[in-house]
Amino acid sequence: MITVLANPQRFLAFSRVAAPILGALAAILAAAALWTGWSAPDDYQQGATVRLMFIHVPAAITGMLIYGCLAGSAFFGLVFRHLLADAAARAAAPLGAAVTLLGLITGSFWGRPMWGAWWVWDARLTSYLILFLFFVGYMALQASIDDETKADRASGILAMVGVIMLPIVHYSVLWWNSLHQGETIFAPGGPKASAVYLTPLFLMWAAYSLGFGALWMVRIRGEIWRRRAQALAVQGAR
Amino acid sequence: MNGFGVLLKRELAMAWNRGGGPAVALAFNVCAVTLLPLASGGSLDKLKLLAPGFSWVALALASLLSLERLFERDYEDGALDLLALGPAPLELVAVAKCLAQWVCTGIPLAVFAPIAATALGADLALAPLTFLCALIGGIGFAFVGGVGAAVSLGARAGGVLIAVIVLPLFTPLAIFGGGAIASLAMGLDWRPGLLFLSAYSLLFLALGPFAMAMACRNALS
Repeated sequence: MITVLANPQRFLAFSRVAAPILGALAAILAAAALWTGWSAPDDYQQGATVRLMFIHVPAAITGMLIYGCLAGSAFFGLVFRHLLADAAARAAAPLGAAVTLLGLITGSFWGRPMWGAWWVWDARLTSYLILFLFFVGYMALQASIDDETKADRASGILAMVGVIMLPIVHYSVLWWNSLHQGETIFAPGGPKASAVYLTPLFLMWAAYSLGFGALWMVRIRGEIWRRRAQALAVQGAR
Repeated sequence: MNGFGVLLKRELAMAWNRGGGPAVALAFNVCAVTLLPLASGGSLDKLKLLAPGFSWVALALASLLSLERLFERDYEDGALDLLALGPAPLELVAVAKCLAQWVCTGIPLAVFAPIAATALGADLALAPLTFLCALIGGIGFAFVGGVGAAVSLGARAGGVLIAVIVLPLFTPLAIFGGGAIASLAMGLDWRPGLLFLSAYSLLFLALGPFAMAMACRNALS
């Protein structure tokens, strides 16, 4: 699959069909999630604010997924020196920053009524903020090196180093006992939330992931076209 | 290992003179520590609580200072090209650079850290652990910082960029080191924090040189 799509021409042909399909699927799933989420009963403790979960939790998970995609692409770019992989890593970073920021902001809105504070310096929030900063640092590094290939390579190395951070994000919940809710969905022995909430949550999760897939493809396409335009401009200048 | 000795000697000589050597980092640390009481109103009780943590933050910031010149100087004057061609692998060069960075800024800052913390009102009983944490954490600061410096070789935004890249990677060091000192202050077990701090520093001591060498080769290509 990956080797077939590594050809930019084939990727362009594939993503031309795949991106709209994924996008439409994401929209349908999101609508279904909103519908079921809206009709879910209020939580006995949290009241109506429990519905923030359907936006916050998938955003938080997708932020980490995007970092994984970014690091994976960067790895392929570094090892196989593949231009499409570099383009994919480059394209994923702003999406990751946006989704991570969304997770942080919705978390803040949820934290205010639940914990009585917009922000608490608990381990999980902090390491998630660091994930966001990582996306920002990645983009800043890429933007400040003029030679694009070198920029991709350097930021790829940074992304590899950042992979060490992802487990720390995840296991920080276990290392430090904190205010943030512990593992609910991936808890040993199955999820600890009831099905009324899990259905919209998983629907929204799928919607976020597919939506990311669609946007990612669109951005990679843009990146390919940008590079072609650049190459043509260089050719024209000669 | 003879080659490594020569490398280390060269790096030490350069680190000691690079932008004033340890004196500037220490002066920066004093400045940062001075600002805290001035900014926070100078109430001694408040300071006493903040002291260990803040001295740790000042340490992290001070160890950023000379990073910009760590690889950049050799990159600009072509010495890095020669080092890359030489018999010693670039990984070893990176180790020598970071070790020199640790000796010339990390150790002086570690000596100063308990003084700063005590001046801010921390208990004197915390001083040995503060020193130990700063000493071990210094290895982490040097090697993590080295990765940031190598990766941003040839970037337009030098110093600030390195800080943005490196500070997120400093956070585990801040958490574990600050946590160990805070645990001791509260009478809890401080060893887990110190052990995690050592583990993170050793992790970067082991893996950092490969990333640095890779980044240098990329910048030189």
